[in-house]
Amino acid sequence: MKITLGAVSKPYTSLKMKTGDWGTHWPKVDEELCTGCGTCEMFCPDMCIEVVKVGEENGKEIKKAKVNYDYCKGCGICAEVCPTKAIKMELKDIYKVI
Amino acid sequence: MKFFFSSGHGACPGCALPIAVKNVLYALEGKCFVVNPTGCLEIISSQYDRSAWGVPYIHSVFENAAAVAAGIEAALKALGRKDEGHVVVFAGDGATADIGIGCLSGMFDRDHDVLYICLDNEAYQNTGNQQSGLTPPGSNTTTTPVGKLLPGKVGKKKDMVAFALAHGVKYVATASVAYPMDIRRKAKRAVEFEGAKYIQIHCPCVTGWGINSNETVKVAKLAVETALYPLVEYENGELVRVRKIKQRKPVEEYLKVQRRFRHLFKHPKGKEIIEMLQKIADENAKRFGLDE
Repeated sequence: MKITLGAVSKPYTSLKMKTGDWGTHWPKVDEELCTGCGTCEMFCPDMCIEVVKVGEENGKEIKKAKVNYDYCKGCGICAEVCPTKAIKMELKDIYKVI
Repeated sequence: MKFFFSSGHGACPGCALPIAVKNVLYALEGKCFVVNPTGCLEIISSQYDRSAWGVPYIHSVFENAAAVAAGIEAALKALGRKDEGHVVVFAGDGATADIGIGCLSGMFDRDHDVLYICLDNEAYQNTGNQQSGLTPPGSNTTTTPVGKLLPGKVGKKKDMVAFALAHGVKYVATASVAYPMDIRRKAKRAVEFEGAKYIQIHCPCVTGWGINSNETVKVAKLAVETALYPLVEYENGELVRVRKIKQRKPVEEYLKVQRRFRHLFKHPKGKEIIEMLQKIADENAKRFGLDE
């Protein structure tokens, strides 16, 4: 790593830090309940949930929430704010006691 | 990169600061120069070679964010580059109400075209919950620990809105992370004014307040619904808008979900403080006409 004059950082270099392994839970989106309203996207503190176009029906776009598990810290805010309760927090497999 | 603030920053899970920051940057469409004093936000987003920012960003020291912003604004004016973006300060409550209050007062006084945003998490949470001027009374912090005699912080939460209004600031508002659309609207409205602007955003802190990571939004909403954190908006010194509350809740509902207030329910002086907080909430409701 080379430190530049004035120690200037390049934008979005934090993407190198994959924070996805921080949490014990991760959100699972129920695609049938999700209306693609975008509330979770507005609240997510880690910018890792996004409403994306998945298809089209009668000329109308169908949008669903999609989680980027590389960065999700598993805080559970998306599940809390979801108006249709389409997001459930699930324990990761590695933390399950057999 | 829709929000001009990227994933991979080092905030605790459930932190409210990124919610406030990303919605402000989204509202301003990334057209801004961000100044950030020392605090949680600096620690989480600007480690060297791990910057989360997608907008020009500068960090100087704890007390001079307002002065740095004033300098940037003056330079933009002198170079004729004012159309390139707004100058925005994201400061914590300690940097605003205690350490940086001198520079802030100077900036307000000279009326620089700067939007000053105070991210109010009600203590110095970066160093582990020390009391600041914006800590509410009764809160258990490491510098006001609860014991036989001391029931948490003694004194009042500083009224920074009145401080800004006394300087003749043209746009003063409070917001809460529970209402991001409100944050976006207020940020957009603020930059329409020429001169200094002040917005205070209530940001619950997961570790300092002792709440679960998924309760951030719930607790922020409770603070508004109990009238302990009234959402108000002043334009040119006059109250123009408030968020009305349908059914005001008793302050106990807000207090009992947080670890920093749990002693109030068993401490001998606890009842007194709860009554005092309820009185503050009642006064807020009366003063701003919050009840519907």
